[in-house]
Amino acid sequence: MIASQTTNTNIYMPTDVDAHLVLDGLTIYYGAREAVAKTDLVIPRKQVTAIIGPSGCGKSTLLRSLNRMHETVAGAHAEGRVLLDGEDMYQSDIDPILVRRRIGMVFQQPNPLRARTIADNVSIGLELDGIGRRAKQAAVERALKRAALWDEVSDRLDRPGIALSGGQQQRLCLARTLAVEPELILMDEPASALDPIGTLRIEELIRDLVSEITIIIVTHNMQQAARVSDYTIFMTLNEHGSGSVIEAGPTQMIFTAPKNKLTEDYITGRFG
Amino acid sequence: MAQATTMGRRYRRRVFVNRVMLTLTVVATALSIIPLVLIIFYVAKQGIGSISIDFLTKTFRPITFGSTSTGGGVLHAIVGSALIVGLSLLMATPIGIMAGIYLAEYPSNSASTVIRFCVDVLSAMPSIVVGVTAYVLIVQRSKSFSGVAGSVALVVLMVPIITRTTEEILRLVPQAAREAAVALGAPKWRTTLTVVLPMALSGVATGVLLAFARAAGETAPLLVTVLGNNNLTFDLFGPMQALPLLAYRYTEQPYQVLNQQAWGAAFILVVIVLGINIMVRITTRARSPR
Repeated sequence: MIASQTTNTNIYMPTDVDAHLVLDGLTIYYGAREAVAKTDLVIPRKQVTAIIGPSGCGKSTLLRSLNRMHETVAGAHAEGRVLLDGEDMYQSDIDPILVRRRIGMVFQQPNPLRARTIADNVSIGLELDGIGRRAKQAAVERALKRAALWDEVSDRLDRPGIALSGGQQQRLCLARTLAVEPELILMDEPASALDPIGTLRIEELIRDLVSEITIIIVTHNMQQAARVSDYTIFMTLNEHGSGSVIEAGPTQMIFTAPKNKLTEDYITGRFG
Repeated sequence: MAQATTMGRRYRRRVFVNRVMLTLTVVATALSIIPLVLIIFYVAKQGIGSISIDFLTKTFRPITFGSTSTGGGVLHAIVGSALIVGLSLLMATPIGIMAGIYLAEYPSNSASTVIRFCVDVLSAMPSIVVGVTAYVLIVQRSKSFSGVAGSVALVVLMVPIITRTTEEILRLVPQAAREAAVALGAPKWRTTLTVVLPMALSGVATGVLLAFARAAGETAPLLVTVLGNNNLTFDLFGPMQALPLLAYRYTEQPYQVLNQQAWGAAFILVVIVLGINIMVRITTRARSPR
């Protein structure tokens, strides 16, 4: 059992997993308000970890703190450590920009860039590194293939990215993230703005990608968590109004034999 | 039955009031357009006759009483205006855009609040005050009227326009676009340059064009800085001529020919201002961020 030094006794992440990301006493604040209470967690490598819980319980905040995206909101800050392969991403001499290149992110609303073509949407992350034209073309193709979008757009790479359907736009955003070759991808309800077919494609894609990359996905759709994830983290608001992790462990265990009453109530649809 | 008639009366009253209000707003709208129509019509009527190849390609020719001189043309004023306004555009555009970026990307710190207030005050500053300030600070110190002094005065008038339009338009760029770039590990300046600014380009260009149109027509600050010059000169460090300045000076002249040329210069200015505004309309309609 990991994090046994904390008072939370319902974290059942197995100790024998290959830890990719370790949250060590991570506490997140908006100004003076504690948004997510002290959290200790292990995220296993090349697995899908789902974060579930009722609306407003701090799932997205926790997710966004992992690549320090929450810092773009004025007043937001965090204490504690986030260890990526043992290296603390919150160390004072680490630039959040470098953290975000190693830990990519896909958002709830597909956000392809207007006024940019499909190809340019994928390559924008590479432009930041000054990658040459030919290398860029190859990388665009590779990323689009990994995002299962290549066959649909290969003949119109110079069309605007926003001309695609919602589901295609989301896969375009995924391709954009994959193009910079992150080690880990955070997904903030990536399918909630999509129709059932778009959702299915994203879920299939997540299962395909996880053989080479670690994925953390926030979802309020429990069926989705059950379908795509290997591990599940359940959060809810504690008595102080801060989001806190109630229980975590292998998805099958959380969904069939939850240890905590709150988890069981949520899973069975009694609240949330 | 009684209720039906009161309903009918109320309804008729409502229709009547509606008609009155509609008529008032239509009349008010018409009144606000009339000056523009009059200006364009009158300036065109008076000025279009002055426009000729000579008018556009020759400079001032001295006139004496009884001579048949046509007074030459206004090429020196066109060149002067182009140089003075062009120079001020070169200075005002980067300053205005960068200030606008700062205000839009750091909208609520104390520095930007102060700057925004200052920019607003500056944009309401009477142009003669700006001109006199430029006179004291540049003309008096350099001991010479100059095109540069005029350019600097115009920059002060242009920067607030560019700054505020840039700020407004950058704020319309959705936060999701910024997040997309930031999540890819883009530093803030890179996000602004490669994502935010391109999405707002037509709006930023609008600000620059509007500032250009404003500067092209300004007379007061040029009176005390550029002074005026009857010869064609490319020397920005000496007195120059400019179209609005020429229009003003020529209306004071006792010569009919020069009065006519003032109308011609006014016509060119109106065409420039109108043309720029139409260009702005077309570019912003083509693509604007939503």
